[in-house]
Amino acid sequence: MQRRHFLNQSTALAGLGLGSSAFLSACANMSTPSKAKVLVVGGGYGGATAAKYVRMFSNYQIDVVLVEPNASFVSCPMSNLVLGGTKGMADITTAYDALKDKHGVTLVRDMVSRIDANAKSVTLAGGATIAYDKLILSPGIDLMWDSIEGLKAANESGQILQAWKAGPETLAMRRQLEAMPDGGVFAITIPEAPYRCPPGPYERACQVASYFKAAKPKSKVLILDANQDVTSKPALFKKVWAEQYKGMIEYRPQHKATAVDAKTNTVKFEVQEDIKAQVLNVLPSMRAGAIAVQSSLANANGRWCHVNYQTFESTAAKDIHVLGDSIQVAPLMPKSGHMANSHAKVAAAAVVAQLSGLEINPSPVLTNTCYSFVNSKEVIHVASVHQYDAKDKTFKTVPGSGGLSASPNELEGVYAESWAKNIWADSLL
Amino acid sequence: MRSISWFISWGLLGSVGFASTALAQTANGSASKDLHTRALAATCANCHGTEGNAAPGSAVPGLAGMNKVQMQTALKAFRDGTRPATVMHQLTKGYTDQQIDDINGYYAAAKR
Repeated sequence: MQRRHFLNQSTALAGLGLGSSAFLSACANMSTPSKAKVLVVGGGYGGATAAKYVRMFSNYQIDVVLVEPNASFVSCPMSNLVLGGTKGMADITTAYDALKDKHGVTLVRDMVSRIDANAKSVTLAGGATIAYDKLILSPGIDLMWDSIEGLKAANESGQILQAWKAGPETLAMRRQLEAMPDGGVFAITIPEAPYRCPPGPYERACQVASYFKAAKPKSKVLILDANQDVTSKPALFKKVWAEQYKGMIEYRPQHKATAVDAKTNTVKFEVQEDIKAQVLNVLPSMRAGAIAVQSSLANANGRWCHVNYQTFESTAAKDIHVLGDSIQVAPLMPKSGHMANSHAKVAAAAVVAQLSGLEINPSPVLTNTCYSFVNSKEVIHVASVHQYDAKDKTFKTVPGSGGLSASPNELEGVYAESWAKNIWADSLL
Repeated sequence: MRSISWFISWGLLGSVGFASTALAQTANGSASKDLHTRALAATCANCHGTEGNAAPGSAVPGLAGMNKVQMQTALKAFRDGTRPATVMHQLTKGYTDQQIDDINGYYAAAKR
C-alpha cells in the first residue's frame, strides 16, 4: 500500500515535470529562455520537423526551443500553384502553434545573428542570448544577389521578383502575371546547379503557361537555363512542353545570367544575346543561409555545409547539426523540402541518442518524393531512397530503387495534394 | 505537510532512479534499437502521416494499426511488381527485407 502510494507520487511528479515544461512553452512570447537542451534555428521543412521529432523521439523528455522569424510557415512546394492560379496563399500556409501547443516546443520569434560554437550559445537579433547543449541549424538558402549585377536593387524595388522563398513575393509575382497584357513574355532564368528544388523552375514554367493558355493565349514563357540541360525529370518536362504547351514554352540551355537592366526589363547573359520580357523571374546562384556562412559552417566552397551524414553534425563545429538545403549534398541527394524533412528525422534521432546515452543509428535511411504539377491537375514525380554507407561515410541511392512517373497523370495529382497535407502535418502539426 | 514534502523528495529520487534504469538499458541496446526502428518507420511519415496517422481526407492511407500480414503482403507485392503503383514499387525496392519487417511491425502495433 505504502509502495503503491510512493509510485503514484513519482508518476504524478513525472507528469508535473512534463506539464511545467509545456507551461514554460506557453510563456515563450513573454520571455526568451536563457538556455535550451536542444536549440533549433529555422522553422522550415528541416527545422520544424527536427523540433517536433526531438520531442517525440525523446518521449517529450528533452526540451526544445525553436527560433524562427516568421509567424507562420509558407510552403515552397505547391507555391507554383499560386502562380498558376489554382491555389491561394492560405492554402500553402501553416501556423506554428501546434509545435507549441501539442508538442511543447518553445517558440521564439526572432532571428539568430551570431553563433558562438565554443561557448555553445547564440545571440538573437533582439539581443537575447540562448545557451544550448545541441544546436540544430536549418537556415535554408540565401540568394547570392551579387552574382547578377543590378538584381538586388531591381528586387528591392519590387520589379524583378524571385518568389523562390515562398511568401509575399509569390503573391506579388501572381499579380504581375495578372497585370501582364496578352502577348507578353514571362522569362525565368535558372542558376547553375546545385540550387533549391531542382524541378521547381520547370514546374513554374508549366504553371505560368497553364495560366496563359487559359487567360492569355498569345503570351510566351521563356526558360533561360545556365545548365547544359533540364536538371530534373528532363524527358518528362520536354514531353509536356511539346505536347501541352507547343509554341508557348521555349527552353534555352546554356544561358547564364550576369546582369539585369531594370529600366528596360532586360537580362544580360555571359554569352547569349540580351532578353527583354514583361515579367522577369531572375534566380541567382544560391548558398547556405547567411547565419551558416557567417559562422564558418559553410566549409564547402564557402557555399554549403559539410556534415557527418550519420548524424548531420557539422564537420566544422561540435554539437552543431546542419540540415536541409544548406548542406553539401551526398550524390543524387536533391535540395528539397521532402529531403529536409528526412534529414531532420535522422538528425533528431542522433541528437536524442547522444543526449540519452544511446547508440547512434548505424544505418539511417532517407527518402525523397518530389511531385511537379505540369498543369492544374496532372503531375510527374521523381523518387529515391538513400541508405547510409558506413564504409564510405555517405548516403547512396539503392540500385534499382527510385524512379520517375511513366507519364503525366491525374492520379498522382491527387497523391501530390495528399503528400502536401501529410508532410505539412508531419513537419508542423 | 511534512509527510507531503517527504513524498515529494522521495518521488524526485524515484524519477532519478527511473532515469538510471533507462541508462542501464543501453547496455542491452533495446532502447537504442527502439529509437532506430522509430526513426526508420518515420521515413514513411512524410506521405503517410506522423506515427502512421494520415491527415483527414488523405488519399494516401494511414499505416497505424494496419493488419500485419496484409501490410507485409502489400509491401512485398509492390516490391516484386505484382501490385501496380505510382511510386511505392520504386520506394520499396530501396529497403532491405529486415527494414521492411521492422517498419511493418512498428505500424501494425501503432495506435490509430
